Parts: sequence; C-alpha cells; structure tokens
Amino acid sequence: MFMRNLTVVCAIALATSPLLADESGNGDTTERTSAALPERLEETGERAPMEPPKSSAETVGDIDISSNAFGIGQPATEEQISAIDIDVMPDGQGLPEGSGTFADGKTAYDQACAACHGSDMEGVSELGAPALLGGRGTLADESPVKTVESYWPYASTLYDYVHRAMPLQSPGSLSPDEVYAISAYILGRAGIISDDPETTLDADSMAEIEMPNADGFVEDPRPDVGGNE
Amino acid sequence: MPNDDKFPATRYGPAERHMAESLVEIERQMLADPQEEDCDCKEGMFNGLTRRGLLAGGLALGGGALIGGRAAAEAPPGAVEYYVQPDPTKEQGRLILQDGGYGSRSQFESEVRWRYPTASIESSWSMTPLASGHGIITPSGLHFERHHAGIPAIDPRTHELILHGMVDTPMRFTMDDLKRLPAVSKIHFIECSGNGLTEWDEPTLKTVQGTHGLTSTSEWTGVRLSTLLEMAGVSDGAAWILAEGADAAVMTRSVPIDKAMDDAILAYAQNGEAIRPEQGYPLRLLLPGYEGNTHIKWLRRLEVSDKPFMTREETSKYTDLMPDGSARQFSLEMEAKSVITFPSGAMKLPRPGFYEVTGVAWSGRGKITKVEVSADGGNTWQEASLEGPVLPICHTRFRLPWKWTGEQAVLQSRATDETGYVQPTLSELVDVRGLNSVYHLNAIQSWHIAEDGEVTNVHA
Repeated sequence: MFMRNLTVVCAIALATSPLLADESGNGDTTERTSAALPERLEETGERAPMEPPKSSAETVGDIDISSNAFGIGQPATEEQISAIDIDVMPDGQGLPEGSGTFADGKTAYDQACAACHGSDMEGVSELGAPALLGGRGTLADESPVKTVESYWPYASTLYDYVHRAMPLQSPGSLSPDEVYAISAYILGRAGIISDDPETTLDADSMAEIEMPNADGFVEDPRPDVGGNE
Repeated sequence: MPNDDKFPATRYGPAERHMAESLVEIERQMLADPQEEDCDCKEGMFNGLTRRGLLAGGLALGGGALIGGRAAAEAPPGAVEYYVQPDPTKEQGRLILQDGGYGSRSQFESEVRWRYPTASIESSWSMTPLASGHGIITPSGLHFERHHAGIPAIDPRTHELILHGMVDTPMRFTMDDLKRLPAVSKIHFIECSGNGLTEWDEPTLKTVQGTHGLTSTSEWTGVRLSTLLEMAGVSDGAAWILAEGADAAVMTRSVPIDKAMDDAILAYAQNGEAIRPEQGYPLRLLLPGYEGNTHIKWLRRLEVSDKPFMTREETSKYTDLMPDGSARQFSLEMEAKSVITFPSGAMKLPRPGFYEVTGVAWSGRGKITKVEVSADGGNTWQEASLEGPVLPICHTRFRLPWKWTGEQAVLQSRATDETGYVQPTLSELVDVRGLNSVYHLNAIQSWHIAEDGEVTNVHA
C-alpha cells in the first residue's frame, strides 16, 4: 500500500538517495553480477558519465580510417577459436575425433534422450519433443510427417545439433563418442545405416551418409505469388 | 480433444498439434475470463481484453514470474502502483526519482506480450500487442520474443565476439571494442517467419496479437558487420557466414556474405538504450528484412565459409514444404505485408459512426509505397494515407477515415512495396504453396464486422 504521508516518503527518499551512496562504485573489490551503481562527481554530485570503452588491442597500431583500420580489437588465436568452433558441415568439416556404435547409442539414447523423444523415437508431444523416425514418403501427402528420417537432408546436422543443444536440460554435455553413438542408433533405427549393434560412426563414415531427403530442397523462388504493379 | 478435426495429428505432428490445441483453449479461457473490472468507461470497445483477463492468461501460461509480480505490488507488469490523488490539483504529486531514476509506465496501462503456449517453456514465443500500438515503434518491453532455449544473462564485460574462417586475420572483439567502432542507427522491423502459422487453414486466433504479433519495430544501433569483415579481410570465394549465439541452443544460421556486407548490423542498442536481454543482450545480429530467426541473439561467433553450414534451423526448421514434397530453403526475405490493427479481432464497435481505420504495413524488400483498405471484403479499395517517415524495411503506419453504417463489413488492407510487389490474398498463396509450408504467410487479413459491432477473424 502506498504511503500518503509526505514526511515518511521524504525520509525514505533521503535514506535511499544515491547521493548518499558514495561508497558504491568500487567494483574492483566487490564481486558484482550486475552493473556498478552510478558514481558521483565531486562538488556538483552529477552522475559521472560512462567511461570511454577501452580497445582490447595491445597497441594502437596504424590507424587508417578510410580503409577500416581502427587499431581496435585483436587477432584471435587458434586456441581461442577452437574453444568455441563447434559447427559441423555436410562434408564432414568440423567432425571431431572419436566414434560410437549402434549398441552404445542405444544405451546413451535410453539414458539421455528417451525421456523426451520416447523409447521408440516416437516423440512426446506434451514435452514438445518431436518424433525422430518415420514419415518417409509422406512429404507430398496432405499430412506430411517431418522427422530426422523423412526430412533432414544431412547427417552432419544431426551430429551438430545433438552435440550443440541436446539434451534439453544439459545441452552440450555429450562427449563426441556419445554423439557418434546416438547418431548411429537414430540413423540405424531409421534404416539409413545398418542397425547391426556393431555399426560404428566416426568422422569419415558420418560424412558419407546419404539421407533419404538429401535432394528434397530447392532454392527460394519468391516472389512466386502476389501482384506486381 | 475438441480440436482433433481441426488439428489432425498427422498434419501438425504431435508437438505442433499439442501447441495449437493448447493455444486455442487458452485464448478461449482468456477471452472468457470473468471481467471484474468491467465498467461503463470501456464503451464495450475492447471487450475481453482487460488487464485482469490478460494477467489471468499470463498466469496460466507463464508460471511463477507473474505470480511474484502480482504478490509484490498490485500493478501491471512494468508499472508501479502509486497513490492516486482524489484531486491531483489539490496536493503535491509523488517525488522526483522515487522511481530510482528509471521510469516506468502508468499503472493504468496493462498491455503485455502474450506467450504462445508451446509445450516447452524453454522454446517458446511471445507476441506484441499490435492492437494497442501507436505509431511505428514497438516499446522494447513489448517487442516479440522467440527463444529456443530460454534467455541467458550475459555479462558484457566478459562477452566476446570471434570472427574467423575464410578471413585474412581472425579477430576477437570485446563489447568495448565494438562500441569504439563507427556506429549506425537504423529503424527496422523484425518479423518471425512463423508469424501467422496458425492461420493457413482457417481463422484460428481471435486477436491481431495472436495472428500478427510476431513482428515489432525498434531503432537498432551498432556497428556494421561489413566494418568487421573489412578489418579481418574476407578471402576470395567466401559466400556464406555462420552466426552463432551464446544461449543454450547455441543458435546458428548461415547468412549470404552479400547480405553481411550490405546492411547487416551488430546491434548493441535498441530504442536508445542497451538492447534488452530477451532481444540478445549484449549483442545481436540484425539482418534487415530477413526472417527473425536469422537475427542471431547473444552473438558470440561469426565464421566465414564458401558453403552454407546447413544448421538444424535452416534445414529441419524454417524451410517451406511445398505440395509436391519439395521444400524451399533459405527463403530469407520477408515479403510485403500489412494488417489493420484497429478495428481488429475480439473488439466490439460500440455503435455506428466514425472510426479511423489504422494499421501497419512492412516489407523486407524496401519501402511501403501504398496501402489500400477495403471495407467490402476486397471488392473495392481505397488508398490509405501513409504516415511519415516511411522508412525502408520498417513498420509503416497507415490511416483511413471510415464511417461504419452499422451493416456487416469485411475490413482488409493490402500493401504494395517499392519493388512493385502487391500483398497477395490467402487463396493466391495457398494455390501455389498448399497448406503445409508453415512459414511466410503474408496474406491479406480479413476482419468481419457484425451488425452488433463484433469484430472477428475470418477468411474472406
């Protein structure tokens, strides 16, 4: 409930006034998880303006504004890049070392994936987890079924996405061996590769997989509808 | 399930079907919620869309966040409940800086984003209340959201952007670095290509927030991507660039290098202040006119390549399935579209008389040059006035004075952009693309006005 008493409001306003909070702003000594509180200028008490952003470049270097040389930023090292360069491309570029079998994939799938996607990869709609299998040959039907098996054009995308963003509650937690194994299990169950328990996927074999809908995608032809003046 | 016929399990897939069913049910509940705040002052115009109704909908959908907000103060989200003087001319108002130096909206305003009831709360979207919007700018707190793995809280002091791949010098930038580089400010809309996905088959959602609320306009400030690419030196043969976010989805999309060099912006500000967390704080890729999913939020990495990366979002999602079973890929530009926001669905016109018909139009290919309005379902058209500034790739406000006689009417708007493209009808779209393409519905929207003033979403 709002306080109507003006004197009380005044007292509160004074007590919490930033003008009296001069001890703030020493962000070096206190660990903060949000911005430092405003600092004040002496005498006038104005809020200090933000500090000019600092370039991370070690030296200013040669500045040639007309050719976009600003002496700002710094070269990225191989180590810095490889720490976050996780994407995998259809030709296999980016696939890491390691391997996994269909049989290991079943174990890993049951543990990490089945709770949402179902033990038979049928999907669990209440959780928003789509089916992974089925639907082949339905894409031109009135009710198409889009799954990894029926729709995804590249096996690399399966590796990339499982490694990148799955499982939902602990994304990025699966090792390369586990992702290869889970991929082998899903693609084996889909009949895209052999479902022999010893079937193994690694960087080389992954890149060679041909997905059923690999040729199913066309360039955007728009504008395809709509008048033209 | 009452909607088995409407959302056949096979066509929608289990997740989409569940989504659509929940959506219809929750909107029904929201609109049917008992209106404790009904009063004569409403004039019946915004039937069902009161604050309490919206909050009830939000509570049902959003879980704990709003419960906390309600418990803490009896004010709508984004507002503070202040004492209301019986006569504000007879006593002093509240004191300056009582808000701590950052203002909030009036406690008498309650418009909020509305969460689409996806099965997963982590992967969900919220929609802009277009009906109550004015002008062309969307308030930052009402800008639509689409997250695939929640909203990360990222410390800008440790956030970095790495640019690598087919470049002469791979580069690393801190947020400070980016803010030191030459900046641009541009006003652009962002529209999710899933905007309207419930509306292909039949009119499904009732309000313009539900049918069109996945588009919003902000002023975005940042550094041109071309500036960074020129600093790093792009190698011959480069054709695509991967953009990657730092959220739990580690969201990725491939972008043609020509677009990256043309008008792409690495935005750190929105509407004059730091970009909002749910919009990508501290850094978002802005690709003017491209579908919203490509505007990667929480941007951490850019990799230049000669080929597209074929990420999950550009293969299994955000591709448009055609009746012949082929799917269109990299359908990136958002085509011209418009919608009347007043009058619009679930409103009730109180009585015949004068109304200013108004709405927004936009095109991913440039400026809007014309918006026509029909009150008879498209038989006759009248040109609306466009309110300046008319900016490229930006919401454009249109207005047309209209006299409602009290007879049935079907209001429509039709946009034309500077390429000469004219917004199509739904049947023209469906004739070519069928009913399974999900994305990129930009058809003319129809609002039926009944003799009692009730406004409903129809296909006409």
